[in-house]
Amino acid sequence: MTNQPLSSWVKSGSPWVWLNAGAVSISLVMVIGLLGLIAVRGLSHFWPADIVAVGYVEPGKDSVTLLGEVVDKETVSALRLRNAGVVLPEGQSSGERFLLKIGNRDYFGLDYRWVNGPWMAEEIRPVNVVAIERREWGHFYGYLSAVKEAGELVAKGDPAWNELQQRLERSNSLVAQIKKIEKHAIGDINHALESLRLDERQLDIDGIAEGSLQHQEIAESRQAWNEQYKVLQERLEGLYRALNRDQITMMMSDGREVEIPLAKVVDAYRPNAMSRLDKLGFYFNEVWKFVSGDPREANTEGGIFPAIFGTVMMVMIMAVLVTPFGVVAAVYLKEYATQGPTIRLIRIAVNNLAGVPSIVYGVFGLGFFVYFLGGNIDELFFEASLPSPTFGTPGLLWASLTLAILTVPVVIVATEEGLSRIPRNIREGSLALGATKAETLWRTVLPMAAPAMMTGLILAVARAAGEVAPLMMVGVVKLAPALAVDTVAPYLHLDRQFMHLGFHIYDVGFQSPNVEAAEPLVYATALLLVLIIVVLNITAISIRNRLRENSKASEN
Amino acid sequence: MVEHSSIGSVLPAANSPIAIRRRAWREFKDRAARYGVAFGGLSVIFAIVLIFFYLLHVVLPLFDGAEMDTVSEYTLESNKAVHIALNEYNDVALSANMDGLIRFFVADTGHTISTPALPLPLNSNIVSFSHGAPTTGVLAYGFDDGRALIFKREYKISYPDDKRYITPVITYPIGKALLKVDDRGRSLTSLTVQSSEEQTTVVGLTDINTLVLLGLIRQENFMDEDAFTLEEKRAEISLPSDEKITHIQMDIEQRELYLVDDSGFIFFYDISDISEPNLIQKVKAVPTGVNVTALSFLTGGISILVGRSDGQIDQWFPLRDLHNNYTLHNVRNFKEQESAIIELAPEHSRKGFLALDASGHLGIYHTTAERTLLVEKVVDDVETLIAVSPRANSVLALSIDGHAKLITLDNEHPEVSWHSLWQEVWYESRDKPEYIWQSSSASNDFEPKFSLSPLTFGTIKAAFYAMMVAVPLAIMGAIYTAYFMSPKMRRLIKPTIEIMEALPTVILGFLAGLWLAPIVEGNLPGVFSILIMLPVMTILTAYLWTKLPSSFRESIPEGCEAAILVPVVILVGVVSMMMSPTLELWLFNGDMPRWLDDIGVGFDQRNSLVVGLVMGFAVIPTIFSITEDAIFGVPKHLTIGSLALGATPWQTLTRVVLLTASPGIFSAVMIGLGRAVGETMIVLMATGNTPIMDFNIFEGFRALSANIAVEMPEAEVASTHYRVLFLAALVLFMATFIFNTIAEVVRQRLRVKYSSL
Repeated sequence: MTNQPLSSWVKSGSPWVWLNAGAVSISLVMVIGLLGLIAVRGLSHFWPADIVAVGYVEPGKDSVTLLGEVVDKETVSALRLRNAGVVLPEGQSSGERFLLKIGNRDYFGLDYRWVNGPWMAEEIRPVNVVAIERREWGHFYGYLSAVKEAGELVAKGDPAWNELQQRLERSNSLVAQIKKIEKHAIGDINHALESLRLDERQLDIDGIAEGSLQHQEIAESRQAWNEQYKVLQERLEGLYRALNRDQITMMMSDGREVEIPLAKVVDAYRPNAMSRLDKLGFYFNEVWKFVSGDPREANTEGGIFPAIFGTVMMVMIMAVLVTPFGVVAAVYLKEYATQGPTIRLIRIAVNNLAGVPSIVYGVFGLGFFVYFLGGNIDELFFEASLPSPTFGTPGLLWASLTLAILTVPVVIVATEEGLSRIPRNIREGSLALGATKAETLWRTVLPMAAPAMMTGLILAVARAAGEVAPLMMVGVVKLAPALAVDTVAPYLHLDRQFMHLGFHIYDVGFQSPNVEAAEPLVYATALLLVLIIVVLNITAISIRNRLRENSKASEN
Repeated sequence: MVEHSSIGSVLPAANSPIAIRRRAWREFKDRAARYGVAFGGLSVIFAIVLIFFYLLHVVLPLFDGAEMDTVSEYTLESNKAVHIALNEYNDVALSANMDGLIRFFVADTGHTISTPALPLPLNSNIVSFSHGAPTTGVLAYGFDDGRALIFKREYKISYPDDKRYITPVITYPIGKALLKVDDRGRSLTSLTVQSSEEQTTVVGLTDINTLVLLGLIRQENFMDEDAFTLEEKRAEISLPSDEKITHIQMDIEQRELYLVDDSGFIFFYDISDISEPNLIQKVKAVPTGVNVTALSFLTGGISILVGRSDGQIDQWFPLRDLHNNYTLHNVRNFKEQESAIIELAPEHSRKGFLALDASGHLGIYHTTAERTLLVEKVVDDVETLIAVSPRANSVLALSIDGHAKLITLDNEHPEVSWHSLWQEVWYESRDKPEYIWQSSSASNDFEPKFSLSPLTFGTIKAAFYAMMVAVPLAIMGAIYTAYFMSPKMRRLIKPTIEIMEALPTVILGFLAGLWLAPIVEGNLPGVFSILIMLPVMTILTAYLWTKLPSSFRESIPEGCEAAILVPVVILVGVVSMMMSPTLELWLFNGDMPRWLDDIGVGFDQRNSLVVGLVMGFAVIPTIFSITEDAIFGVPKHLTIGSLALGATPWQTLTRVVLLTASPGIFSAVMIGLGRAVGETMIVLMATGNTPIMDFNIFEGFRALSANIAVEMPEAEVASTHYRVLFLAALVLFMATFIFNTIAEVVRQRLRVKYSSL
């Protein structure tokens, strides 16, 4: 075989086999490459990269010093560089371009900048460069020159850094207190006032005259709430005064000195002075802040906790809805219905529904659930708050219901498969012992099919967690003002809109004005979503495999 | 419960009352479970079927015709009306008589509300009347001394104690004084008027066949907003004495003037500069023997409707040719009525109109959709006026003898027809019939363009390019995995590829739009060289492999070609990308997108190539998994028999295995196609979403699904737009349902075949 002629080699079909193998390799490389890309980009977002200071001379302009992180690098042909005004030395066919994150958006206008390699001087990494994560305007890079308290100088030079650390701790704890009051205490009062207003409307609708006992009660409790509100307002003012005490003075790369109130600073760190271990600690801290924090700056910064929470909430409600219905339908189709052409037709229809585009479910959900069902519920039960809709608008319940309908075929198919794997003799044995059909089902068949149902449910959850298109119509928003679960009765607010990881990716990646700044965060979000879904799927697959082995074992 | 599970004396005797009761209870539970499960199962199935019927239920009203119902009939006293109008709420109507009497009356009873007195001159007589565009409510009388009075109907709405009160009033947009339209004092036998905030134009026909034009441009005093001065512009057009002008109409923008004479000629004047009117075209609008009997603008003032004595209605509008000259074109005709059209009433906010003919039949039409919604006899009298309300849900008919009829009109969605959804439509101001999707615009008298063709085309285009990528890769990969790969590797590879099916498409869309699209744009030659080099290098590697010493080859287990090829694939990718700038410089002057532009191929950054690659990637696992199952499920005795007869593995594969599994492969492709057609997020994020019809791989498109996602949240409930989007969803539903059903039926047949083999 070693020296076979080319023609017989072709005839043997071997090249075709290799081509087919190539298809597998390409698919594999794409799959793994894609996961790798998301993982690398998503994980590297939190790493505190070194900040470089580099001199940069554009022809015809003064030399400037740029301070920032190198985010990206690309090799560009000489021609494209020439079009951009860069002339390369003779014989060099390509040059490099770097994407620098220079931060300081409020002073420089742009926080990302492409710079041409040939115009850059040698880069240095000054130890005392400070990176500041701010509540507004993104990162700030510069040198710390002074810490001030109410305009008075407190520390300067080297001691300033330690002073800053201490004061930052104080200001962050103040911010946490303010947030607690604003979000919870005042939120509760607003909610109470709103429900009083609705009670009042209801009285009007019921035709109870002004000045009645009920009206007086409402007025009294409104008075009480308003007083509480005033107390809180004063406390808040005090906290804000305390928060606004400190400022820092920073020197930017162009030598300008600017003052930043400490209230606007989330975190300050000196990446060039950090050891690997420090950076690792910082890294995990950042990851934690990402998964547990609230978004800032139109979702392009901060954490994604509300999106995680919304996704989980929606999927959980969907699971509660879809499991009983899917299982009952499967049991009916498999165990009770007379097997014939009709049931075969239904089975085909159910199978097909798994392939119907999700957007169609979204349209259905919007029309039927939101406008039709929701509109009617509002008219029946929430007359007082009309014309502003309660359930007649996209919300958590409708999103969950829509996804439940979307995933019910998955559960039906998986459960049916599980039911058909249960050997006949087990059923017959149970019936022979005198059990009724219902008892046989409940005590022997269904427990044996439980892993199959579990698989179906997990697959349904995995699909639901990744769907975005239908949610865009039935309840997802870019920024939900409140979580669906809180301390105000009835605790679970099914009518609220919610945030979702998948929609977050779409929204931040495609609707935000500063895509470059948002991109790393989108990768991190995508990684989280992929992880959730891959883990769910692997669980489902392993349950299925074990189930198959078990059923094979019991058949033998 | 102890008594159930334990055996022996604890159990009651078989026929004891307890046992009987227990049996009855168990029987009841069994029956309850049966009915409960049946009810539950059927209701889930019902819910699923409901989707289809609900979509249909929302879509169907689009294709309903119009309906009319007479609400009330009454007689108006002292009537010689030349014009009637209805207000927005269908409660107040107006009539204008030739003697200068203006009367506001209750629309459904005829009771007079008020008769505001006009500042009529004492010593001159009314000889003509005209009304401006119905949305403006401008009216005018012409007098025999060359003067005209311009006034306007307005409805003041107030809400004392939460009830709506409407007070109709007459206002004077340019003051109460009469306008001297003809400064030589000749009688205005015919008149047309338009008035807007900025400008008022009156065109009158004098008794000696001369047209007089008067334009008044309002110039506001910027010190005091209420004070204004009027700049006057005048012109005269002398017409040949043998032409008897029967109709005059001016558009709402006061830029075009149309005259029609008794021999059926249309004179089309440009009066954008009033002092210099310019005859652009004189065109014979009707065949000899037929007369023009009615003339009216469609709302928006672009198209003109010509009602003819033979009952036909023609729509004309001016088009600009290559040399910037306008000419009138007869765009479409409606021939549904038998008698001469005597009145045309355009709807106020849609491109529909009503036409009354001499036999008393009222026709309801829509121009864009080319739809005749209804033709019905409404009046007996030949001389009747009609007025359509601003919301187009009521019609008032008033005959010359004072007999009035208020009719409600149920005509919600005239803009859509089979023709306007799927065929080329000649939209206003377009130079030819086209497929356009443009559902909304800021302007009020906008002509909505609901053509699903470009969207469906986009969906097909996306699916086509995705399948180009997915089908070869998935099927070939499945063949190898099922038939040649070592079982150990197969156990690892199959789930890895299958897990990709669950990858959220929003992530793929994001990567396509923000990561892949810029890469493809910057390295276009590299991308194509990958596509070409991959198969070439694979074959080359295979050939070189045969040249390797056999001792080395035998040390590698069989069925590992895929693993060997992984580094080759990576190498080809990396080298192609590195070579890309060089190739680009060498073949395409250093910039392939620009080079493509130069040879006339448009290039967008987010294009079909990117979508094809990424959506292909999304579809691969679906096709791969089903194909692999089908091939792997081919009964082993078939392949073993073939091999035993001396066929090579490849021959066995192509002549036995693939033939047997071909229905399965077919159904895999169908299911993949269904997925590609319905995919939303990838096409939404990776294309520019422009609804163009062009198969160019370097340009984007707008798919049905992406269109729904973009526009649905903004569509007003139950509007035509909303229903058309539901129709788009229904189309998607039907398409995927058909693909999947075919696939499913084929697959079930295959299963039966395998089990019988």
